[in-house]
Amino acid sequence: MHPVLKLVVQRIALGLILLLAVSAVIFLGIEALPGDTAQAILGQGATEVSLANLREKLGLNEPAITRYFAWLWAALHGDLGVALTNGIDISTAIGQRFGNTLFLASCAAAIAVPLAIILGLVAARYNGRWPDKLISGITLTTISLPEFVAAYFVIFLLTQVFPIFQPVAMVFPGMTFWERLHAVALPVIVLVMVVLAHMMRMTRAAILNVMQSAYIETAELKGLSPMQVIWKHAFPNAIAPIVSVVILNLAYLVVGVVVVEVVFSYNALGQYLVDHVTKRDLPVVQAVGMIFAAVYIGLNILADVITIIANPRLRHPK
Amino acid sequence: MKLPFSAVLGIFLTSSFLFMAVFAQFLAPYSISDPSGGVWEGPSATHWLGTDTIGRDIFSRLIYGGQITIFVALASSTLAFSLGAFLGFMAAVKGGWVEQVMSRLVDLVMAIPSLIVALVILSVLPLNLTVLILVIGLLDSTRVYRLSRAVAMDIAVMDYVEAAKLRGERQTWIIFREILPNALSPLVAEFGLRFIFAVLFISTLSFLGLGIQPPLTDWGGMVKENKDGLVYGKSAALMPALAIAALAISVNLVADWILSRTSSLKGGRGG
Amino acid sequence: MAETLLEFRGLRIEATAYPPGEAPRHMVLVEDVSVSVERGKVLGLIGESGAGKSTIGLSAMAYGRGGVRLTGGVISLNGRDIRLADAAALRALRGREVTYVSQSAAASFNPAKRILEQVIETSISHGLMNKAEAEARAVDLFAQLGLPNPESFGARYPHQVSGGQLQRAMTAMALCPSPDLVIFDEPTTALDVTTQIEVLAAIKRAIVQTGVAALYITHDLAVVAQVADHILVLRGGKKVEYGTTDQIINGPREAYTRALVSVRSIDHAEKAQAAPVLSVANVTARYRGTNFDVLKNVTVDLAAGQTLAVVGESGSGKSTLARVITGLLPAAQGRITFAGRALSGDLAGRSKDDLRELQMIYQMADTAMNPRQTVGTIIGRPLEFYFGLKGEAKRKRIQDLLEQIEMGKGYIDRYPAELSGGQKQRVCIARALAAEPKLIICDEVTSALDPLVADGILKLLLNLQAEAGVAYLFITHDIATVRAIADRIAVMFKGQVVRYGQKTDVLTPPFDDYTDLLLSSVPEMKLGWLEQVIAGRKMEAAGN
Repeated sequence: MHPVLKLVVQRIALGLILLLAVSAVIFLGIEALPGDTAQAILGQGATEVSLANLREKLGLNEPAITRYFAWLWAALHGDLGVALTNGIDISTAIGQRFGNTLFLASCAAAIAVPLAIILGLVAARYNGRWPDKLISGITLTTISLPEFVAAYFVIFLLTQVFPIFQPVAMVFPGMTFWERLHAVALPVIVLVMVVLAHMMRMTRAAILNVMQSAYIETAELKGLSPMQVIWKHAFPNAIAPIVSVVILNLAYLVVGVVVVEVVFSYNALGQYLVDHVTKRDLPVVQAVGMIFAAVYIGLNILADVITIIANPRLRHPK
Repeated sequence: MKLPFSAVLGIFLTSSFLFMAVFAQFLAPYSISDPSGGVWEGPSATHWLGTDTIGRDIFSRLIYGGQITIFVALASSTLAFSLGAFLGFMAAVKGGWVEQVMSRLVDLVMAIPSLIVALVILSVLPLNLTVLILVIGLLDSTRVYRLSRAVAMDIAVMDYVEAAKLRGERQTWIIFREILPNALSPLVAEFGLRFIFAVLFISTLSFLGLGIQPPLTDWGGMVKENKDGLVYGKSAALMPALAIAALAISVNLVADWILSRTSSLKGGRGG
Repeated sequence: MAETLLEFRGLRIEATAYPPGEAPRHMVLVEDVSVSVERGKVLGLIGESGAGKSTIGLSAMAYGRGGVRLTGGVISLNGRDIRLADAAALRALRGREVTYVSQSAAASFNPAKRILEQVIETSISHGLMNKAEAEARAVDLFAQLGLPNPESFGARYPHQVSGGQLQRAMTAMALCPSPDLVIFDEPTTALDVTTQIEVLAAIKRAIVQTGVAALYITHDLAVVAQVADHILVLRGGKKVEYGTTDQIINGPREAYTRALVSVRSIDHAEKAQAAPVLSVANVTARYRGTNFDVLKNVTVDLAAGQTLAVVGESGSGKSTLARVITGLLPAAQGRITFAGRALSGDLAGRSKDDLRELQMIYQMADTAMNPRQTVGTIIGRPLEFYFGLKGEAKRKRIQDLLEQIEMGKGYIDRYPAELSGGQKQRVCIARALAAEPKLIICDEVTSALDPLVADGILKLLLNLQAEAGVAYLFITHDIATVRAIADRIAVMFKGQVVRYGQKTDVLTPPFDDYTDLLLSSVPEMKLGWLEQVIAGRKMEAAGN
């Protein structure tokens, strides 16, 4: 087998094993913590009989390991069980909301990625001079802000000082694409702010790392123009680290999205998760937590695979 | 040695915040829980930063909330730090299966975003200060573990560590006399970053309603209480938000400065 | 009188360093250097580190690394001053009139592109040839430089060929656009000695055949003597002496040049055989998790108070031998006897006396000392650890040791960062001596140092041996060092000892093939040595 293919297969296999381990932690680890699901649902006033009945109904008397495999098997078939609080099928509830989350995250990514790369290039090009210092200063500030703080600054600015947008992002079936886009404008701005800083700083570092290589000096000493140096010598080597940086930061979006959805009462996966953590609805929390973890791990695998494929040493073995 | 302006500013602000947190009881002009004015009053001579959703003095609550935020963040980052650094150093020096087991475990925890792990855990555990500190501290210790292990590994392969081994020195000497002094600066800077992370984390959890519970409050919780006012143009929610940002930025400035000194210190006292 | 190609007049080069957290430091790197190169001639630039030779070399393309600025004088190339030329003019001359060969071709080739593409890039971007012509020329050059399969060599990626081949490919890259001048910046320094001679011969052949002029930068006078017509000796950015290669090698006028020429000529008569303090018997070793023997059946003895030089190239296993003797890598088979006792293979199984009597000095003194400890702490620790010395007694002993290594008491409270390279190595020697050892393992202790400093360290080691009667196991790749200090020699090749005995026996013919190759590859400080060796090897090859 070609070494690149072998490494890629290994990396993906490792990712799948990790995902399995994560599912075990989310299911069994939670079981190991003190706390009783039945008690949590029925509250302190519950009688012993009703508790026992509920335990029986939820299958809580089975050994945890049996319930884990039953849960895993069902989950792999798209059946995530029903919510404890309202008995609604979790898979159905997630379907629509997941779409909304993806829509929000994609809009943010579509703006943040090109902007981060351009700003990263500018900062690297003017390394140590004022454009770099300005960009770095601003991004250092936004890195220090939690998502919800950034969100309320943006809300205050764009709904009160300059009343351009609505402070809540309501989406419902039947909205046109443009209506949706207008509705998510504010949360998208916030997400871009949050993810842009990391992405841009790492892009800048990746470019600088390549630009300091000896082969860039060689290219300069060949009398090539700055554009030729960047395009023919820096770019082919910088593309892999940049793509990898971008993907890793898209994984940050996964977390950012949870908080931002709550701020804007945006009816999607993150909001759904937080609601049910508050209600201590374990099956929902496990299912949604698993989805977030899977997206996060999947993006990490993708970043690693691209790095492997882009490495000339691996692509052209001795 | 001349301090850069950003470091002076960072150190001044950080120590002011710490001072405020320690002496909150003496500094706050009003009570934390009793209303002392009208609902959502603007800033005035009696209420410097105005009043909140049920008429409590925001400035006082900001001071009390800061105490909680800083206390929880400090406690959890101290926990994260002592645990992570200790295990990281041990992994680097011991190697073998001890290191393998710990590193794989850390990989596993870090494979899921911290917020998601925290949410999953907090859906079963009771919400009190101890639980919050433990959860944030343990989650964060994985990052400290990775860093201190990497730093210690870099130092452990140095010839002077080998020379100490060949001399017959014990492991405690090697860790405390050879490795630790050389790992200190990056770890101190890291402590600053971990502290910021803890501040942001506890604020976020409180904002989501899963952190500090009433009657106590922290800055994240205050944003949550007052967020509805924003729609009516009441800026009350922005005060705690500003406080979080200011604390995070000032600690960042200090950490940045320590980190920039690290490289120049590498070769000794810098001639 | 031939036409002048390049002329420096009163060249001055400055730089500003920005150490993090400190005030910027201003430095003059090169001051008032004047020299010229005629068309088709080779000028050697020689000096120790900090002499400014690379800086001057790059200034021939009006290029300054980092914050380096060409602040004064005239750099005249093909009759015009290029020092203050604008960017467009510089681009036009770089890669066309002047090209550059760096020390590390491995880092200087773009890892993402095929070699051929990079070799012909300049010829095409400057519009000198079309692609087919450039490729044909590249293949010619590959053949001229003795690269294997010149037709297909260029299709490979940089990481797919060896270091020596890559260095030759970089020479081809520099020669491809038919420049007037090539700057060779230590092109063979990073190579093993048997590879160095091949690359050196290839470079020399290519220079002669293409008739190009060159600046040849190196710290090794014996190397530059083989290729240069004239030599400029530099020290601290200033000119020391300039002359023909013959005059510099055979009749140096300045004291500094004389020192450079006579370096490595320490005379050391070998001692008679005596009872061994260390016996290594049939040792075989491999690294954990591998099944490849790095050491195969190695047997050597070292007499008390004498020096055994273990010599070999990278990958010969010589450093592994040191790790086995110190106990860092337990041997898979074999026995080690030290001071009459059988030595445990594992570090943990050794007594405190075993540890004390066997000390080690490293190649990089920088990383061998804890940067957070003072010289006093570094030397004092073994005194405290092995002999329980404390307070004034310890301080007195540290001062004695500092005297012994010819540094003086004043250094006791300094940190390593405040010492020069040679001083650092001396402190490491003092730390080893403090344990009052019977044997010190010296692992390439002089190879990171400038030749004159290295000479000082070797002399110190010989004096200490005479005073304290300590034995040295001296690991090195440098034959000149071996001649200077060894009583016995073991030549290692691919994990085996291929030749072993008293110094004169080992260095006297008849040789085995490898020792012959190794010894004949070491550059000698005489004109025409390279041609002699290459001619000799050709005849041998023809005879076989």
